[in-house]
Order: sequence, then C-alpha cells, then structure tokens
Amino acid sequence: MTAALAAAAILAGCATQRAPSPRDPLEPLNRAVFEFNDGADRFVFKPVAEGYKLVLPGFVQAGIRNFFSNLADPWNAVNQLLQGKVEMALSDSWRFIVNSTFGLGGLLDVATDMRLPKHDEDFGQTLGVWGLDSGPYLVLPLWGPSSVRDGVGLIADSYGYLPWRLPGWLDFSHRVAWQNSLLALDYINQRALLLDTTNLLEEAALDRYAFVREAYFQRRRSLVYDGNPPPLPANSGAPASIEVSLDPAPARDPGRGAPGAPARAGEPRPMSVVEPRVPANYPSVLAADAAALAARH
Amino acid sequence: MKRLFCAAALALAPVVAPFGQGLAPDVLVQTVTSEVIGIIKQDKEIQAGDTRKTIALVEQKVLPHFDFTRMTALAMGANWRRATPEQQKLLVEQFRTLLVRTYSTALTAYRDQTIEFRPLRAQPGDTEVTVRSEVRQSGTQPVTIDYSMARTNDAWKVYDVTVGGVSLVTTYRETFAAEVRNAGVDGLIKSLADKNRQLEVRRG
Repeated sequence: MTAALAAAAILAGCATQRAPSPRDPLEPLNRAVFEFNDGADRFVFKPVAEGYKLVLPGFVQAGIRNFFSNLADPWNAVNQLLQGKVEMALSDSWRFIVNSTFGLGGLLDVATDMRLPKHDEDFGQTLGVWGLDSGPYLVLPLWGPSSVRDGVGLIADSYGYLPWRLPGWLDFSHRVAWQNSLLALDYINQRALLLDTTNLLEEAALDRYAFVREAYFQRRRSLVYDGNPPPLPANSGAPASIEVSLDPAPARDPGRGAPGAPARAGEPRPMSVVEPRVPANYPSVLAADAAALAARH
Repeated sequence: MKRLFCAAALALAPVVAPFGQGLAPDVLVQTVTSEVIGIIKQDKEIQAGDTRKTIALVEQKVLPHFDFTRMTALAMGANWRRATPEQQKLLVEQFRTLLVRTYSTALTAYRDQTIEFRPLRAQPGDTEVTVRSEVRQSGTQPVTIDYSMARTNDAWKVYDVTVGGVSLVTTYRETFAAEVRNAGVDGLIKSLADKNRQLEVRRG
C-alpha cells in the first residue's frame, strides 16, 4: 500500500504542471491519495456496493441506511449542543429515542414523519461554527475529501461513532468481529448511497479531482451554516458572483433579490409537496422529439 | 458530499416551454418538476436507462428554461471577456451538451424521493430570485436544491443550480480557469469537446 502510494505520488508529480490552488498546497500528495482511493474504489468498493444495491431488496437497504443513520444521531445531538443549538440538540435526541423504540431499533425512520428531520452534524462542522477556517484541503486514504480542520474533527467523531463504541460498551462477546462487521457494512451502505453521485461525477467533471475539491469546500461551508451561508467576501478564493456583461441579457441588479439570499433558519415555513403530473400529449411528443434528436446525431 | 449529486437528478426539473411566459418563477419550477417526475415515474424506458429518450425529455421540457450563455459566462469568470464571440459560442455549445448529458444521467437515477418547495421570498419588481426546494428520503438529511433565476424579456430563466450548497457554476469555475491557464480558451473548448465525444462513444 505504501509502495503504491509512493508510486502514485511520483506519477502524479511528474504528469502535470498545474497552477496551485490557494486552498490546496498539498495538491500533488492529495492527487496521489485520490488516485489510490480511486483504484481501491474501482476494483473493490464500487463493485461491492453495486452488488449490495443489486442483490438486497430496497426495504432492506432502507433499513440498513436508517439503522446507521439512527446510531449517528446521538453524536449529532452532542455537536448541536456544542454549537449552541439547544433546540436542535433536543430534536436529534428525540429522533434517537423515537427511532430506537417505535422505529424498531432504528430500522425505520419514523421520526422524520413526526417532523423531527434528520441533520448531519460532525465535529469538523462544530469547529467551523466556533470560527475555525477549514484550512488546506486533504484527501484521506479510503475516506476521501477532507480538510485539516475536518480531519481533526474526524478524530473526535471516531469517539462518537456508535457502531464502533456500542459492541464494547455492551460487552459483546466477539467484540472486534462485531466492530469490524458493522464498520464494513456501514462503509458499503455509505458507498451504495453515493453510487449515483459518483457516476454523475464521472460524467460531469473535466478534472474529477478539482471538481470534488471545489464541491467539498462549498458543501462544508453550507453545512457549517446549516444551509444558509452568508455571501462570500468579494476577494476570496471562490467568488460568489462575477459581473459579466452579456449581450441581450440585461445587467444584473445586485441590490435586490440577490441569489443565495439566506432564509432565516428556524423559521416555520409551509412547504408545498410536488405531485407527479404527466401531460396529456406525452409520450407522443417525446417520441417525436427523440426521433428528431436521433436524426440530428 | 453524501448523496448530493444524486439529488442533482432533480435539479433537472425546471420549467416547461408552453408555460414559460409570464409565470412566477417558483410556479414555473414546480410545474416542470412535477411534470418531469411524472414522466420519469411512468416511463419504463427512461427507468431502464434509455439515454436518448431522457435527453429528449431534458431538451424538450427543461432546456428552454436555462440561460446557458449566462451559465457559461459565470463559470468562465474573468476569462469570458477574453474569449472571442466565436469562442464564446463554442463554449456555450459544448458546456450545454455536457450539462444536458449529465442531467439526463442524473434524471435516470431518480427514484422515490419527495420534493418540497419553500415559499418564494421575492418582491414584485425583482429580476433575480432563488427558488428553493428540498429532496427528502428517509434516514438522510434533506438535500436542498436552489435554482438561481433571472428574468429576461418576460421569461424567467435558470442560470445556476445549487445542490446541497454546491453551486454547479462555481464548481466548474476552478477547472475552467485551470484549463484556460494551461492551454488557453481553445484548450478549454477542446477539453469540453473531447469530454462530450467520450461520453457519446460510451453511450454508443
């Protein structure tokens, strides 16, 4: 594994000359780890996840997903509390209690239907809320995109990771076997959840590495602000908006209705659920369109 | 990063051509979302991964309501003005092709999530709004999909889609800048064209 890493590092270092990204001073090393992860994924984890998705019935996968999601909720609640969000901490605690009991040990997510929505928190986010910048980008072996701050957060997270802690606390016989099995199952569960994402990424990105990095920083920032990040300062690494003059389009009015204007968090907001609705003239229209498109190619 | 891009599946869903004129932006997005989802749920060929049919669906229902010129310009940033009009045209064309393909792939991944829209916060005179929606699935945090829209000539058009806080346009920006730095605007056009050809071949 070390040899593979080193070889990949040398290859990545020689292959390309790139202008460094200010948030990624370790790019050559990161790219090497990215390549290594990619190889491991292509030959091991992705095929296993695909098999998992193919073989297991949907409700079993949902049960497994819910089970691990439930075991993450107590640590979510701790982080909510550390971030000063008492109400959210209570909400996540209730989720855990409700789903562990009425949800049959977490196999069902009944709490969501009781207006206790799922939150994703971790210690990296907590550090972010405390004002710590993400620091340089880091790609961790077998884990994927991270940063110095979020990597440190992961160490704390590992203490709150119940699939690892529970077998010890409950004094299971074959504790290590339990831990490893749960860890492996969760890894495959997470990988399976990401299958559509990574397939899409493969298609969308010119440079997957850079694409993932940019998406990671934006995603983490959004998570730290619970989905309502303030606009970025104008001269930061990733500009929030660039004024462009476009011919027929009118100039943007930055003053009003600017995109990304944050909705206030915690405010009760009625939602409208979208119902599928098929137009009457479908599918004849679509078939004609497909034919036209095929003719064009 | 979890589940983000699979929710981008639903990012596909703005706005039907015949309804386009004069509708409020949130109504527009909701209308098309429900229509596109309705079609996907009903169409066995799309569910089975019929790419041509999905692309046709995207071309017909979704594309008329995207402002690809503006999307490309935003993704290019400062380099946009350095490109000649012909280069700009080619860039828009290639970027559009790439986005249509990835969107179509994303759409076929749609399964049983529910989508909810938040009430629109906008003043009557606004020319820019963000239509915010959420995709839900049990056991996972809802994924937000925000459509940044601008009004041009009485029609609202999407110029960016932000999934779980990740803006499509911003995510491309750094790659585009790097390509232009290394090989100029023509190099970027070539990379996009190569990528599109590669996807075309893979599909057969």
